[in-house]
Amino acid sequence: MIPFDFVYCRPDTLREAADAFKRYQGKNKKAVCYGGGSEIITMCRAGSIHPDAVVDIKGIPECGILEKDDCFLTIGAACTLSRITESKLFPLLGLACGRVADHTNQCRITLGGNLCGTVIYRETSLPLLLSDAEVTVGGPDGMRRVPFQNIFDGRVRLREGEWIVQAHIPVWALQARHAHIKKTAQEKIDYPLVNVTAIWKEDVLRAAFSGICSRPFRSRRVEAVLNDRGLPPEIRAEKAAGLLPEPPYHDVEGSGEYRAFVFKNTLCELLEAWQNDRV
Amino acid sequence: MVMAIGKSIQRKDAWEKVTGLARYTDDFPVTGLLCARLLTSPYGHARILKIDTARALAVKGVKSILTGGDFQELHGPLLLDRPALARNVVRYAGEPVALVVAQEESIAAKAVRLIEVEYEPLPVLLTPSASLSPGAVLIHEKVTGYKRLLTDIYPEEGTNIASRYRIQKGSAGQALKKCDYIVQKQFSLPASDHLAMEVRTARAQISADGKVQITTSSQSPYAVRRQISDAFMIPAGQIQVTVPFIGGGFGGKSAVMLEILAYLASKSVGGKAVRLIVTREQDMAALPSRIGLEADITLGADRDGNIQAAQMTFRLDCGAYADISPYMAKAIAVDCTGPYHMEHVLCDSLCVYTNHTYATAYRSFSHESCTFCVERAIDLLAKRCGQDPLEFRFRNAIREGSTTPTQVPYTESLIGDLRKCLGRARRLSQWDAGAGTPIKENTVKAKGIACFWKTENPPTDAVSGAAVTFNTDGSVNLVTGVVEMGSNGQTHLAQILAEKLGIPCEKVHVVLSVDTRAAPEHWKTVASLTEYMAGKAVLRAADDLLQQLRSNGSQAFGCPVSDIEVSHGRVYSIRNPERFIEFKDIAQGYQAPDGTSIGEPVLGRGGMMLKGLSMLDPKTGKGKTGPAWTLGAQVVEVEADIRSFSYRILSALTVIDVGRVINPESMRSMVAGGMAMGMSMASREFVSFSSRGVPQAPNLRTYKLMHLGQEPDYRVDFVETPQDDSPYGMRSYAEHGIIAIPAALANALANAFGIEEVTLPLTPENIWKASQKEKP
Amino acid sequence: MTEFEGKTVLSLHVNGNFHEVLVRPSDILLDVLREQLGLTGAKAGCKNGDCGACTVMVDGWPAKSCLMLAVEAQGKKITTVEGLGGKAAVQNAFVEANAFQCGYCTSGFLMVCHALLTQHPVMPDEIVVEEWLQSNLCRCTSYQEIREAVHLMYDAVQDADV
Repeated sequence: MIPFDFVYCRPDTLREAADAFKRYQGKNKKAVCYGGGSEIITMCRAGSIHPDAVVDIKGIPECGILEKDDCFLTIGAACTLSRITESKLFPLLGLACGRVADHTNQCRITLGGNLCGTVIYRETSLPLLLSDAEVTVGGPDGMRRVPFQNIFDGRVRLREGEWIVQAHIPVWALQARHAHIKKTAQEKIDYPLVNVTAIWKEDVLRAAFSGICSRPFRSRRVEAVLNDRGLPPEIRAEKAAGLLPEPPYHDVEGSGEYRAFVFKNTLCELLEAWQNDRV
Repeated sequence: MVMAIGKSIQRKDAWEKVTGLARYTDDFPVTGLLCARLLTSPYGHARILKIDTARALAVKGVKSILTGGDFQELHGPLLLDRPALARNVVRYAGEPVALVVAQEESIAAKAVRLIEVEYEPLPVLLTPSASLSPGAVLIHEKVTGYKRLLTDIYPEEGTNIASRYRIQKGSAGQALKKCDYIVQKQFSLPASDHLAMEVRTARAQISADGKVQITTSSQSPYAVRRQISDAFMIPAGQIQVTVPFIGGGFGGKSAVMLEILAYLASKSVGGKAVRLIVTREQDMAALPSRIGLEADITLGADRDGNIQAAQMTFRLDCGAYADISPYMAKAIAVDCTGPYHMEHVLCDSLCVYTNHTYATAYRSFSHESCTFCVERAIDLLAKRCGQDPLEFRFRNAIREGSTTPTQVPYTESLIGDLRKCLGRARRLSQWDAGAGTPIKENTVKAKGIACFWKTENPPTDAVSGAAVTFNTDGSVNLVTGVVEMGSNGQTHLAQILAEKLGIPCEKVHVVLSVDTRAAPEHWKTVASLTEYMAGKAVLRAADDLLQQLRSNGSQAFGCPVSDIEVSHGRVYSIRNPERFIEFKDIAQGYQAPDGTSIGEPVLGRGGMMLKGLSMLDPKTGKGKTGPAWTLGAQVVEVEADIRSFSYRILSALTVIDVGRVINPESMRSMVAGGMAMGMSMASREFVSFSSRGVPQAPNLRTYKLMHLGQEPDYRVDFVETPQDDSPYGMRSYAEHGIIAIPAALANALANAFGIEEVTLPLTPENIWKASQKEKP
Repeated sequence: MTEFEGKTVLSLHVNGNFHEVLVRPSDILLDVLREQLGLTGAKAGCKNGDCGACTVMVDGWPAKSCLMLAVEAQGKKITTVEGLGGKAAVQNAFVEANAFQCGYCTSGFLMVCHALLTQHPVMPDEIVVEEWLQSNLCRCTSYQEIREAVHLMYDAVQDADV
C-alpha cells in the first residue's frame, strides 16, 4: 500500500514521453521513469521516495525493441530481464539478468530499471561496460546516442528529464568468450557480495565488478594485472585486490574484509578457469 | 480394528488451501472497517520526552491516536512488565509508541509519519553478559515490582534478571575434578525470527453492551480472552475470540500483543470494528522474535568416555520484555543435559533483559538453542576421548537407571529409546562409510550428528476439550479449541476419533476455525501437545458418545447395555449382529417402525486437565514439568569447499521416537518441515542489530530464508516406543524436527573445515572468520 | 497516451470476467484484488516482492501482485488461484504431494507452477523448475514436497494427453 497519490502516465510514443516529463517539470512536479516498477513501488511504500508522477515507458515501441542488425543488438529499456535471457541473443547479459532478484521478478524488472535503480549493484551494467555498448537517451531535446561508459560512473548520470531508451551492443561481443561469477552471502537469491563479469576480446580479458565496492566498475588497471599471464592466478588476484578504486563495501550481508577475501577467490577461480581453458 | 490410525490420511483442509478458499484473519471483508497502524521506536533504548500528535490528528480521516500515556495496564503471560504502547521509555527499537486509527490504511500510514516524538537516548544493552555486568543500566527500573502470574517466576531486585532456574543433581564440581577429559566452551547465539508467511494481525470490535469481539491470527485464543479480561477487568464471557486459518505460527503467534492493541483501538473509536495492519518490517522488529542465548558449558568424562558431570550456565536473551521467556529459561534447565546419562549436573539458567526485540516461544521452545551448545560440547568431548561421536552418544545415551536433570527416573514409555534411534541413524546415514572424505581438490564431504530431546513446560493445570455431534448421514463433527496453523493436528484428531468410533476418517468432519464461545477451551496450540491433550479429550468425548449410542441401542433392541456393540457405524446386539441400526438412524434417538421415539440425541463431550506435573524445587530443580519426552538423532552431510568456506548441504536425516506413527505422510512432512526450518535458521538467519540496538534491514530482502533449490535430501525415520498414557501411544513430535539440526550442521561443518569455533548462523563468512582465528 | 490522476474507474479482466474497480493510480494490484474483488487467495506476505505469496498470472506469466500497479493491469488477463477453479492439474498435484501445511504461501506457489506449465507445456529441466520456484518462499514444508508436486503436475498433464 502506497500511502500517497501520484499521477500515472503511459505515453505511446517517445514524443509523448518527452512532453510528459516536460509538462510535469513545468508544474514543478517530480516525475520518475517507470519500467517494471518493482523498485519504485517498494520505495514509495517505504516512504523513501515521493514522486508526483510516474511515466510508464512500457507502451513505447522503441523501448520494447529487442533486435539485432549487422552492427548492433538493440535492447529497449523496457525489455524485461527474462525476455533478454530467453532471447539468448547476448548470453552474458542473459546470465546477468538471470541472477537479478528471482525469476518472477525478472519477468517484471526491465533493463532500464536495473541500470537506473538506486539499488547499488546494477549488475546488468557489467556486460554493457565490457562490450563497448552505447545507449540512446531520450529527453526534452530529442534523442542522443552515447557510449554507455560516458553516462555511467557506477550509476547512470543523465540530465533532468532524460531517460534511457535503448542499449546497443556491438555484435562482436554477443558471442564472445565470457564468464559470469556471482557470489552471495549464502542464499542464491540475493544481492552479490561479489560479482565478477568477464569478456575476452582477442584473447584479452576485460573484467567488471559489482558488490565488492559501493558501485559497479570496470578498471583498466585491474585488467592489466589480470592479463599479466606470466604471474600465477593467486598473485594476480592479490594484486588486483590492491587496485580497488575504493575500500571494499560492507553492510549486513558481508564485511569489507570478507568481500575482499571472496573477491580474490573469485578472481582466482576465473583466472584458473581461463588457464585451464574452462571458460 | 484399524480404521484410521497408521494411515496417510489426506489433510482435512487440503482443498480449501489449494483453491484460495481457506480464509485467514485478514481475508475477511474490509468494508466498513477502520484501519490502525503503529508508530514504532527508532531507538533501542530511550526516554520519551514528548509526543506531538497535533499534525497527525489534523489529517482528514484520522479517527483517533493513542499513546502510552493513555493507559496504565501492563501485560504479559507470566510477568506483567509490558505496556501496550511505550510509556515514558522505549526499551527496544520497534517498540510501539503510538497507534493511529483512520478511515483508510493510507490515511493511517500518512498520519503515523506526522507524529513527532522527542527521545533522549539511553545506553543500550545488547547481550545478556552486558546486561549482567556490574553497573549496567536497568532496563526495567524495578523488576520485582511487577505482578507475577505464576509462583515460579523469580525476578531479581536491582538487576536485569527476569527469572532464574537452578538444577543441582549430585555434585558436579567434585565429579568434574575426577574427570580424565574436560571440555569447556562458551557460546553466543544471535536472535532470529519466526517468519511465518502470514504477518501477524488482529481485528476487534466492541458492541454497545460491551461485548468484545476479536478475530486474530493467534495460537492462543483462550489466552487472549483471559489476558484481555484480566487486564481490562471485562468478564471473560463478554469476550469472544475467533481464529480462522493461521498462516504458520511456530510459536510466534502464541504471544498476546496485537489483540490488546486492536481492542484499545476499537475502544478509542466507540467500539467500531478496527483492523490492525502490521507491515512485514514491523512484524520483524516490533513483534516478538526468537531468543538469543549465551552459554558456558563444561562437560567431563572418564577415561572410557563415560560422561560424569556437567556444569552449565545459560543466559537467555529475552529482549526488552519477559513474555514467556522465563519459562524458556526453565525449559533449558529441565532438559539441559540432552538425552544422556549424567549423574552430576549443576545448571543455572537465567532469563535476562536486553534492548533487543522481545522474544517469545519459537518452534521447540528454546531447545534448538541449548541443544546447539550442548551437542557441540558433546562432539568436542567425544573428540577429546578419542571416540566416534555417534558411538560416544550411544555409550552415554539415557537409559534404564538414569534420571533426568530434574531427577525424573527414566522409563521407556516416559522418555523413549535413544539407542534405537542412534542405531537406525548409523545405518541410514551410512555413518561408518567415513567422515571428512576429500572428494576433489579443495572439496570434502563430512557428516555431523546431534541428538535431541524435549519435554513440555505447560502450566501444571492446562486443559483441553472436545465436543462431537452427529450429522444426519451418520457422520460426526469434531469441535476442539485447536488452531489449524499447518501442523495438521485437526486431521490427527479426526483419525483418533474415527479409530475410536470405528468409522472411516472421511466420516469425521472437523471445525477448522476456533471460536472461544463455541469450542471447549484448549490451553494453547503450542508445545506439540495437540494430539496428547486434545487427543485425550477426543477419546473421552468418543467414549461418552459410544455410551449414549449403547444406551439408545439397548432401548431400541430391548436388551442390556452390556450386550450392545458399536462398530463400523452400526449399533447392534452381540447376540444378533445381523440386526443392526446405522448411526444415522440412531444418533438423534431412534424411531421405532411404529413411530415410538426411543432414547435421546447423542452428543459427545470430553475434557482433560494435565495431571502429575509439578513446579521445580527452587534449590535443586527437582520436579516434572511435562507429560513425557520425545527424543531422536539427526545426521547432516555437507560438501564443503575448504578454500572459499562455502558449502552445500547434501542430506539430512532424522530418526525420532514418536511413540506411534498415526499418519506416516503427515508426520514425515511435519518433521521434514522442522528440519528445513532448522536448516534455514542455522545456515543463514539472524537479526542483525546496529551498535545502537536498531535491527538492520528487517525485511525478507535482506533477512534470507532458504529458497527452493538449496534444500538437501531430507529423510525421516520413526522409532515407535509407545507413551503409555497418550492416545494410541503417540508422542509430541510436531516441533521436534528442528531441534538438533543446527547442531548437526555445525558438527558436520566443524568436521569439514577442521575448526572448533562454529557459531550461528553458519554462514561462509562466520566460518571464514573462525578459521582466521584458529589459524595455527 | 493514457493518464490517470486521482481515483479512477478501471475495467480489469480477472479470471475470465471484466470487473469495474475504483482505484488510485498508486494502488497495487494485490490490494485491489483482495479488497475490491474479494479475491483473497493471493496473500500479502511482505509487500516487497520477496516472498511470492501474492503471485498471480498476468497474460500467462507469473507476477507478484504487490509489485504491480492496478492501473498497469488494464488490458491484461489476470488469473488468480480462484480462477483455477479446483480443476487445474497443479491443485491436485499439491494435494497429492502434501505440498503445503499452513497454506499461506500455497496460492502463490500454485500460480507460479501453473504459469510454468503454461509457458512450458512439457516439463523443462529441473534447473528451470528451480529458477521459477525460487521466486517464492515456504516456511512450513521442506520444499521437497513442492518439487514433487511439480513432477506430479507434469505427469498428470502427460497422462491426460496420451
